[in-house]
Amino acid sequence: MAGTYHFDAEDRHNAFITRADSAAFGDGRLSGIPLAIKDNISTKGMQTTCGSRILEGYIPPYDAHVVELLRKEGAAIVGKTNLDEFGMGTTTENSGFGPTTNPHDPARVPGGSSGGSAAAVAAGMVPMALGTDTGGSIRCPAAFCGIVGLKPTYGRVSRYGLIAYSNSLEQIGPMARNAADVSTLMVILCRYDARDSTSYDRPYAHAPSGEIRGMKIGIPVEYFGEGVDPPVAECVRDAIATLEGAGAVIEECSIPSMEYALAAYYVTCTSEASSNLARFDGVRYGPAVETKRSWHDEFQEFRGEHFGREVQRRIMLGTFALSAGYYGKYYAKAQMAKENVRREFERVLKSVDVIAGPTMPTVAFRLGEKSDPLSMYLSDVLTVPANLAGVPAISVPCGRVEGMPVGLQIIGRHFEDEVVVDAAYAFEQEGSA
Amino acid sequence: MKVIIGLEIHCQLNTNTKLFCGCSTDYRDDPPNTHVCPVCLGLPGALPRVNRKAVEYALRVAKALNLEVADASEFSRKNYFYPDLPKGYQITQYDRPLAERGIIEIEADDGTPKDVRITRIHMEEDPGRLVHKSGRDRAGYSLVDYNRSGIPLIEIVTEPDLRSPKEARRFLNKMRATLEYLEVFDGEREGAIRVDANISLEGHNRVECKNISSYKGVEKALTFEITRQKNQITRGHEIARETRHFNEGRGITMSSRSKEEETDYRYFPEPDLRPLHVRDWLDAITLPELPDARKVRFVEQYGISINHARTLTGDMKLANFYEEIAGDDPVLAATWVADTLLGELNYRDMKIDQVPGARFADLLALLKADAITDRAGVDVLRTMLDAHAGGGEMEMPSVIVDRLGLRKAAGDEFDDVVAKVVEAHPGAVADYHRGKGGALNFLVGQAMRETRGRADAKDLGRRIKELLDRKEA
Amino acid sequence: MVSEREVETIAKLADIRIQKEELGEFTVQFNAILEYFDILDRVEAAGEGSADLINIFREDEVQPSLSVDDVLANAGSTEDTFIKGPRVM
Repeated sequence: MAGTYHFDAEDRHNAFITRADSAAFGDGRLSGIPLAIKDNISTKGMQTTCGSRILEGYIPPYDAHVVELLRKEGAAIVGKTNLDEFGMGTTTENSGFGPTTNPHDPARVPGGSSGGSAAAVAAGMVPMALGTDTGGSIRCPAAFCGIVGLKPTYGRVSRYGLIAYSNSLEQIGPMARNAADVSTLMVILCRYDARDSTSYDRPYAHAPSGEIRGMKIGIPVEYFGEGVDPPVAECVRDAIATLEGAGAVIEECSIPSMEYALAAYYVTCTSEASSNLARFDGVRYGPAVETKRSWHDEFQEFRGEHFGREVQRRIMLGTFALSAGYYGKYYAKAQMAKENVRREFERVLKSVDVIAGPTMPTVAFRLGEKSDPLSMYLSDVLTVPANLAGVPAISVPCGRVEGMPVGLQIIGRHFEDEVVVDAAYAFEQEGSA
Repeated sequence: MKVIIGLEIHCQLNTNTKLFCGCSTDYRDDPPNTHVCPVCLGLPGALPRVNRKAVEYALRVAKALNLEVADASEFSRKNYFYPDLPKGYQITQYDRPLAERGIIEIEADDGTPKDVRITRIHMEEDPGRLVHKSGRDRAGYSLVDYNRSGIPLIEIVTEPDLRSPKEARRFLNKMRATLEYLEVFDGEREGAIRVDANISLEGHNRVECKNISSYKGVEKALTFEITRQKNQITRGHEIARETRHFNEGRGITMSSRSKEEETDYRYFPEPDLRPLHVRDWLDAITLPELPDARKVRFVEQYGISINHARTLTGDMKLANFYEEIAGDDPVLAATWVADTLLGELNYRDMKIDQVPGARFADLLALLKADAITDRAGVDVLRTMLDAHAGGGEMEMPSVIVDRLGLRKAAGDEFDDVVAKVVEAHPGAVADYHRGKGGALNFLVGQAMRETRGRADAKDLGRRIKELLDRKEA
Repeated sequence: MVSEREVETIAKLADIRIQKEELGEFTVQFNAILEYFDILDRVEAAGEGSADLINIFREDEVQPSLSVDDVLANAGSTEDTFIKGPRVM
């Protein structure tokens, strides 16, 4: 039944950049359900900013593939959520439109970069939202806000319409209050799109099963190392023990390439970003560039003014990594490292069905706490390996530390998103039993 | 001083759609920005998709030029900023191009055949088109039209095997003809071919000349550059290793101060596209008869000279035209097409496909039947072409002949003219009897004037000679 | 280690103007991150990746283009149907 959804939920956390007072919806699996879309995903006729001043006022003339799919299933698209500018960040503090706060504690960050989507779901404004995950940007805010978020296998969800940050690593994925809703969204989102040449034809036709008897779960020693806060590690170990109680078999394992995974991630994503963001020059979209001065001067001025600090830093890092004389040391090595990580995951996942560990090394930081860029990057250490390997990874809430949510991360084989969802679903069932 | 020239040629492939999107390539008659989509406009979130046909066309070229096709090739990004480059990078091929190491044969300056090595062929997209304007307050600005953005190009790079501007021009002509024969290229389209030339004098630095967009331009630019470089060396200056732009209007190259050329392009593999493994497509590609083979066949099949054959096969449409009208006297046809028709077309800025083959064949028939003189034939041809150039119908040659009274008469009516002329020029007659060869020609010329070209010079000459010899006796 | 001067060169290559006042702190942070990247020096290739997706093509069939209005809608400045940009030289 088609209709109009009136969206009047109060946004106490600055979760939204653009919102619709009312949104039309049609027939289908999502009929009448309000959905929020992260603001780096193109929506026809609705402002799309990527959380950046350089795209303020940009109204795409086309819908991303995923948005077309949601509309076809009758969803009411009620707005675009806040994010770290262009997806670059772990806290949503890098937004050009102000930070989003964590509904569990407004003095803390919601995580990032899909902080707005996570907060919107956690605060009950919408039951489901889309995020994107390049190095943990769905899983981190899901963990910090106590909701479920899945990064699908690379290539399973079309990137057409996703405003690119790091093409070889990122995926659009579902965020919701529970694994079942995440699964429902996967059914809708995993459709082959010929417009994305990196897209695979692997539909997701699955209803979650709570049966995990005999499922082999690998616990990598690297996931419980020094950098992880002991109470968080303990909370996650308890969660894993719960799964063991339900019949899963636990095994220790090791992924040594995790040592350089983070460096490989940051070299790769900044290199690709430095190229992807070159198109923002104010000529065809965004705030108008001055046409009276010479282009070189004007572009530099325009971009210096409209890009935030972190975006500028990453563009510069990527420019440097790709520059003459440095390509071999950085980008080429990062590609080797990426391949090594992928192979190691494949190897480990031959003897176990999934890998489990904490999503983040700590609970949500306070706003302004992480001011040093490198220390901010280090908090991605547990999430980036799955992006490098291209494997599916989910975060499901598994308890609290200092009153803040902790996320249990489950990682599976390529194209076994179904198994990963099942493990999360099973955990939820056990928890409520 | 030995001249060393290498060329980089960019050719637009005439596919229906652009290289990475489905926009039509038929944009030339349309207003700016009417053949644009999110992909070729560089909208955020848009993704490229490779046009299969463009790859097939590029492979055809690779096969024709005897290149080795790579097992695996891929696209790369070439990063730089310019208003006509919507993504801030061009998708091209860098370290894994489609094909490498080939050969094409041309005629050297001394007429002998020589091999020019092709370093590589790769595919890339065309940027948009910039128009420069001055504003009212004297501050200039650019106007950008993205219709051209994304048009498929192949770039053909040669080794520095060329030794003169004329050789370069011949190479380009051969390249153009080959591409046309392969039906992957339309040389008539404006801007369809662009050339960058690298030129040095042996032992000195190399200069790059960009922005050459015509075949004539290449010869001009290179000739100018060689002179410029020679002068520099004579004056004791070393040649600066630089990039220069060719100014077509002024026929000179100018030092380019554009920062764009100095830039580090930071190439890396295009992450939105997948590798190409297309070497096995080569087996399925049957090449058409190429210019060299056609030239040889023309000599053998039609019995024409090699020079005529070369001229006629140098342009595919011309070659097709010739074969259409060669008829039962191909040598006559070859002479008239290569030696006369081409010149007349050039003079009128007309193209061979504006000449209806049947009409031309009719003219040849009249000539073969000896119904008109050669001189008359030229007049008829000119009349035909002028009418067409003026927008009118091209008349049948026989109609023109009759209208202008050019039909060759039977010989007798000229006996009066012959007698008249001989009587009018006793001095020449006397010269003739004294053995002066030029006298006969003079008398023939006078007689030709009298008959207004309707008589055949040989015939007149014979009659006059007969008369004079009789007189002597 | 990169110097402030080199950071300025990189900024030029990236077409981003960094303010003089920011250059110092920026360079320090930049170098800290680059130092962290040094760990990649130890990486050795275990082998080439598998090319499972190859030869992804589109047929040469014309698809509708955007309307001129859509093309120009987001542009800051236009003239006739051209998009206006800063002057080149």
